[in-house]
Amino acid sequence: MNNLINKEIKMRTNTHYTATRNACKMCTPLGAALAFHGIEGAVPLLHGSQGCSTYMRRYLISHFKEPVDIASSNFSEETAIFGGSANLKRAIENVVRQYAPAMIGIATTCLSETIGDDVPMILNSLDKNFGRTALVYVSTPSYSGTHIDGFHQAVRAVVDWFNPENKKITYRPKKKKKINVFPGMLSNEDIRHLKEIFNDYKIHFVILPDYSERLEGPSWLDYQAIQEGGTPIDNIEKMHLALTSLEFGAILSQTVKNGRESAGSLLENRFGIPCIRMGIPMGVKATDYFFKKLEILTGKPVPEKYQKQKWRLIDSYVDGNKYVSKKKAVIYGEEDFVAGLAGFLGEIGIIPVLCASGGKSGFFEKALKKVLPENILKQITIQDNMDFSQMEEAARFMHPDLIVGNSKGYAMARKLKVPLVRVGFPIHDRVGGSRILHIGYKGAQQLFDTIINSLLHRSQNTSEVGYSYM
Amino acid sequence: METISVLKDRKYQIYQKGKDSFDICCEKTSLAGSVSQRACVFCGSRVVLYPIADALHLIHGPIGCASYTWDIRGALSSGPELHRMSFSTDLSETDIIYGGEKKLEKALCELIDKYSPKAAFVYSTCIIGIIGDDVESVCKKVESLKGIPVIPVHSEGFKGTKKDGYKAACDALGNLIQRNRIRTKIFQSINILGEFNIGGETWIIKEYYKAMGIRVVSVLTGDGRIDEIKMAARACLNVVQCSGSMTHLAKMMEKKYGIPFIRVSYFGIEDTSDALYQVAEFFNKNSKIIKRTEQLVRKETNAIIPFLSKIKKDLSGKKAAIYVGGAFKAFSLIKALRYIGMEVVLVGSQTGTKEDYRILQDMCNKGTVILDDANPIELAKYIMEKDADLFIGGVKERPIAYKLGIGFCDHNHERKIPLAGFIGMENFVREVHQTVTSPIWNLVPRRVLQNRSARRVLP
Repeated sequence: MNNLINKEIKMRTNTHYTATRNACKMCTPLGAALAFHGIEGAVPLLHGSQGCSTYMRRYLISHFKEPVDIASSNFSEETAIFGGSANLKRAIENVVRQYAPAMIGIATTCLSETIGDDVPMILNSLDKNFGRTALVYVSTPSYSGTHIDGFHQAVRAVVDWFNPENKKITYRPKKKKKINVFPGMLSNEDIRHLKEIFNDYKIHFVILPDYSERLEGPSWLDYQAIQEGGTPIDNIEKMHLALTSLEFGAILSQTVKNGRESAGSLLENRFGIPCIRMGIPMGVKATDYFFKKLEILTGKPVPEKYQKQKWRLIDSYVDGNKYVSKKKAVIYGEEDFVAGLAGFLGEIGIIPVLCASGGKSGFFEKALKKVLPENILKQITIQDNMDFSQMEEAARFMHPDLIVGNSKGYAMARKLKVPLVRVGFPIHDRVGGSRILHIGYKGAQQLFDTIINSLLHRSQNTSEVGYSYM
Repeated sequence: METISVLKDRKYQIYQKGKDSFDICCEKTSLAGSVSQRACVFCGSRVVLYPIADALHLIHGPIGCASYTWDIRGALSSGPELHRMSFSTDLSETDIIYGGEKKLEKALCELIDKYSPKAAFVYSTCIIGIIGDDVESVCKKVESLKGIPVIPVHSEGFKGTKKDGYKAACDALGNLIQRNRIRTKIFQSINILGEFNIGGETWIIKEYYKAMGIRVVSVLTGDGRIDEIKMAARACLNVVQCSGSMTHLAKMMEKKYGIPFIRVSYFGIEDTSDALYQVAEFFNKNSKIIKRTEQLVRKETNAIIPFLSKIKKDLSGKKAAIYVGGAFKAFSLIKALRYIGMEVVLVGSQTGTKEDYRILQDMCNKGTVILDDANPIELAKYIMEKDADLFIGGVKERPIAYKLGIGFCDHNHERKIPLAGFIGMENFVREVHQTVTSPIWNLVPRRVLQNRSARRVLP
């Protein structure tokens, strides 16, 4: 059935184009730059053209509504010919002078990768000592993978740098149950919620990266070259002493199985720290699973606060069941995020008729099959490596009731005249993108309310009567 | 805030009137690691050509450059909106190894078939030069296959600054213009250059010229159409706004087609009137034009003056900081702000020339800071030192202002409100008024503290 629908859609829309038209993805260094912003005292530095930094700054600023400084080694024509070594060195010097950072996160770009700059060698050959500034490098050629790969690879690189192979394990705290948390690319509010949960469990934890405060801070009294907040480097250095790591992302987990290293698997391989992997906890079932893992880890029951959140949520599911059941949604975004979202929508009876992503890890379908029941899977199309134009062409024949995803789907939603519920990254056409909560019972509650209200808004507005009650 | 230091290598790009005596240093590539507000060559080309609405804009490279420039400009179109799509060859690893020419050709052909554009622009991004794709010959081939102009834009990001991108875009436009063999002049006609129809500005300006009795042959590139641009060589005069981006093309057209050009600005009452009078003056053989222009300026000015005078009371004496792409914009902004009683305490640009900065030095009051190719730290340092009430800039400057509790007015390509012409002045002043007089500043910590200490000083 699934294949049939797929075939039909392909036939009717002739979806394949060589060019990408309105991409549903960003390039790898953007993810790395964002991850670096989640580390206390860190400044990202892109090794490439000035434009990369400026464009990504603009893109991130438009979402976070905060300063997002990203330095550049600013290639010129000579640099491209003779190599970027001198520029990179000078850039590092100037960033140190201006920002006095604890860390510079250096990410490559398509340009520096293609001319074959050997960044580790350049860094090794630095004759100057930059004091306490750590120079962490990640390879992020823009032509391979998407922003999410850059993000995960940057997190991995940071963990790698601060927890080297030869790091002596001086002691492993027995009583302090410290765990490493690698949440992936979530919203600021998601990170804050995670921290709240761990605090309520009274678990000692290190969450990496944590841009929740740094990219959503208060107004300044004085100029801040680097905003406050972020994972303290001291804590990252102790990650190899943790009891367990927790890593979100079903697709990330698959890529690890396939031989790629993540932050969690690095610590697992290098220091024998077990890593619990799970999808992003969106919706009741996924959040139950998340709390079950925490229960096992800590030996403590789910705090009453979250029990209450859960039962309130389920009660609201009941109240709203008719408004969502059998409704059809087009959803898109980064693969892991879509998988999490699909699981949530599936459990409230919304059929995600099109699950799309610009990514192409190769595990998208598998991840969705894990979170969606057979009866829903039969009714949906799963497509990776998809752009917004293809989505629009496919969605035209699906008659969706709503579209759920980042603000880049607005053009499509407008053309299809279907309401767009904004989630994920980026949110460029609304305020509060960083305050959207997606995870946990509370996140599901917010998503549920927003989705139902969008549907109600539409049916009320298009009704000839215009009832003032539900 | 004397504590924030400035990079040594940037010392001569920061000038304080009355304090410094050196010639401001400019037109150089940004210092590595300085976090410049500038973008790249590609960005320069993309912003200039972007508003051409019936052309296909295909970005040849990995996905980022296309992703970050998708529908980011408030350049409106009265018809087709192909310019609002983001097309990329989305090069992957194998393309980098084996070259992207085949992919480019295929992508171009498919897109031309699907969208039937009037022309196609192919933007080269950084790695195209490195992997050695022969974009030129692919363009030629597709052109002969599809029968529309397919024009390469040499905009590899690292090959200079944003200004070189403007130049590459001008070359592409020049390429298009020269294809038309008909060169006979159109009576009393002009081209409008460097006007991008942000929020419908082109339409406002075109209305003025219509009222004056002047024919607009083409606009480069606001609400742009390929067929109109191809007629550009038939105009009698080029009227160049945003001179940084388009002077190159104007000079080229002067040389090639003997079309003289004038530099104007449509921002503020003074400059808009000047612009219209200059054009009228050019066609002074027809005395009706001057008369109509006088009538127009009088009517339009009278329409907004009551509003401006009312608002002036609230804004008088407030201090403004300006950081824009091209310096020419800053000249107009300074004049417009003066008109409403505001003082400019900081002014800077990404791409100003020596001459631009000399003019700025003459225009500004003593103590004003003038910056070339500034970065967030410098901007923050000086707006705090100068205690500005308003910052005029683009998206990247906005959070700096807001974090420090300073009002902000967007004067960049993302805005949606037209600021050109007389009505634009009214819009501008309204926006400035809205932000500067917002009550929220009374809640912002830095402002609260300032107010508190100010009160303490009072007897």
